[in-house]
Amino acid sequence: MIELPKGRSLLKDGLRRLLKRKLATVCLVVIAAYFLLAGFIYLAEFFDWQIGPTLWQEQAGESYAPPSSKNIFGTDIFGQSVLRKTLYGAKISITVALCASLVSIAIGVPLGAIGGYFRGFIDEIIVWLYSTLSSIPYILLILAFAVVLRERSILGHKLTGITAVYLAIGLTSWVGICRLIRGEVIKHKDRDYVLAAVSYGCSRRRIIFRHLLPNVFHIVIIDFSLRFVAFIHAEVILSFLGLGEANRPSWGAMINDARMELSRGVWWQMAAATAAIFIISLALNIFGDALRDSLDPKLRTV
Amino acid sequence: MTTYIIRRLLYTIPIVLGVLLLTFVLFTVAGGDISLEIAGKGATQQTIDEIRQGYGLNKPLFFSWDSQFVNHFKNALTFDFGRARDREPVIDKIKRGVGPSLALTVPIFLGVVIISVGLSLIVAFVRGTVWDVLAVVICVAGMSVPYLSFILFGQYFLAYKWGLFPVFFSPDLSMARNVALPVLIGIAAGLGGNLRFYRTVMLDEMQNDYVRTAFAKGLTTRRVLFKHVLKNAMIPIITRVVLAIPFLFLGSLLLERFFGISGLGYLMVEAIGARDYFVIGAMTYVSAILFVVFNLITDICYVLIDPRVCLE
Repeated sequence: MIELPKGRSLLKDGLRRLLKRKLATVCLVVIAAYFLLAGFIYLAEFFDWQIGPTLWQEQAGESYAPPSSKNIFGTDIFGQSVLRKTLYGAKISITVALCASLVSIAIGVPLGAIGGYFRGFIDEIIVWLYSTLSSIPYILLILAFAVVLRERSILGHKLTGITAVYLAIGLTSWVGICRLIRGEVIKHKDRDYVLAAVSYGCSRRRIIFRHLLPNVFHIVIIDFSLRFVAFIHAEVILSFLGLGEANRPSWGAMINDARMELSRGVWWQMAAATAAIFIISLALNIFGDALRDSLDPKLRTV
Repeated sequence: MTTYIIRRLLYTIPIVLGVLLLTFVLFTVAGGDISLEIAGKGATQQTIDEIRQGYGLNKPLFFSWDSQFVNHFKNALTFDFGRARDREPVIDKIKRGVGPSLALTVPIFLGVVIISVGLSLIVAFVRGTVWDVLAVVICVAGMSVPYLSFILFGQYFLAYKWGLFPVFFSPDLSMARNVALPVLIGIAAGLGGNLRFYRTVMLDEMQNDYVRTAFAKGLTTRRVLFKHVLKNAMIPIITRVVLAIPFLFLGSLLLERFFGISGLGYLMVEAIGARDYFVIGAMTYVSAILFVVFNLITDICYVLIDPRVCLE
């Protein structure tokens, strides 16, 4: 009996190629560290652990103390440790970016798949929907949604700071992924494996969600590894414009504080927030590129 | 050609209507009744009623010839956006803001496009060398710095600390001096992403046979790059360039706010602070119209530049 070599799935193969790249692996570790930090802060808040980031409200020194061995990044106007605030900001940023991604995937992927598979009238409606949204400049659209959603209550839930932010980002950002998935489904729907599924008598729902989507899902991963950066930066801008989280430290709010502080020579709050954003953005940018190269070399940076 | 343009124009109608529907749903249905907010605390019922009357908020939402829904479309299509919170017609505010905004964004745009296309040709030519890697690293690093940090550090060091530029907009100085620093910051912030995009475009072109042929017949490097490659790379460049033009009219939200330039970006920031739905809605609509128009222009440009593109 001939022994066949064991096949690898697209994802496994891509992952293997990805881990061969040292730089990409390092970036993955950095990203994982940010996520772990955010998750850890959630846990600490839930169990009420008294550790650094959850104690950000505590006074750690005098007002505007410059960086020293006691407070590595100095203190802000209330004497709160900038390091703690920066760490806590990771929770807000990661939460916003993650929830915004989930919202836009939940809208964009099914719509794209349905439009691409059924074509016809339903497709035209979906195309019209995303053409309309994409004809409004992105930042303006997010702002419009954020202004309206803020302080509004949906189903009895009041939309506070970050909920409004990630809903605004999520509800406006599904266009890109919807377009990509739709194009890819159109390419795939006449392939043999789909025809085979049809001839077996699979329901259309099963074909779309069990056969087509797994075969095009790597696009979602690639797209969102790069889009995540844009979400983090959008959160910063929204917080800066006063549409974000008001009562807890976030990187955008820290940069907003720094606007007044810089002229007094207080640069550490600004530097800490910038560094925190810079490191995760850099890691995500490099990792996203590497991911795209190893999962789908044909896709280009657009 | 004419039939193509007419067909494309017809296609824009549902898009424009869609944008209007969206602004209506956002600002009138979801936004809710703002008359209480405008009237302020302790206003009498009569004042509130007058405000509601003035903004037409007492009319039915749908299902009438004089409903808010119908009026919203009527007003938008005639570019009558009503009055902002401070009673000034929105359209006047927008007209006033376009000039300063363009004075800021056009130099940024030209600077970014010219520098990044030029550099991308050179970088693509030296691909694989240390210089190429260095350029890509700088680009990715530049893309990772938040826009706000560019502005704040730029303003602090270049204007405040070293005094090379005015810190804030002042009417006594010439426009060129006023916008010099914001333009510089805008170019620095935009260069990374653009250079990387154009580098990918140029690398694609460089692999073609005609480049090898051009070098083989002894043309100079400059001639091959700027004559042959640049011409062939025009389609993606044009797409990106023309579609960026509508955004120029919007100005720059953050730059204008930081440097006190009273353009459309500043108007937007003010409107957000005051929850002025009329201004935000009008800006959304106007920018969408511009985008749709420039989208059409891009498609026409394709035909003018590339004879292989046929109009179907």
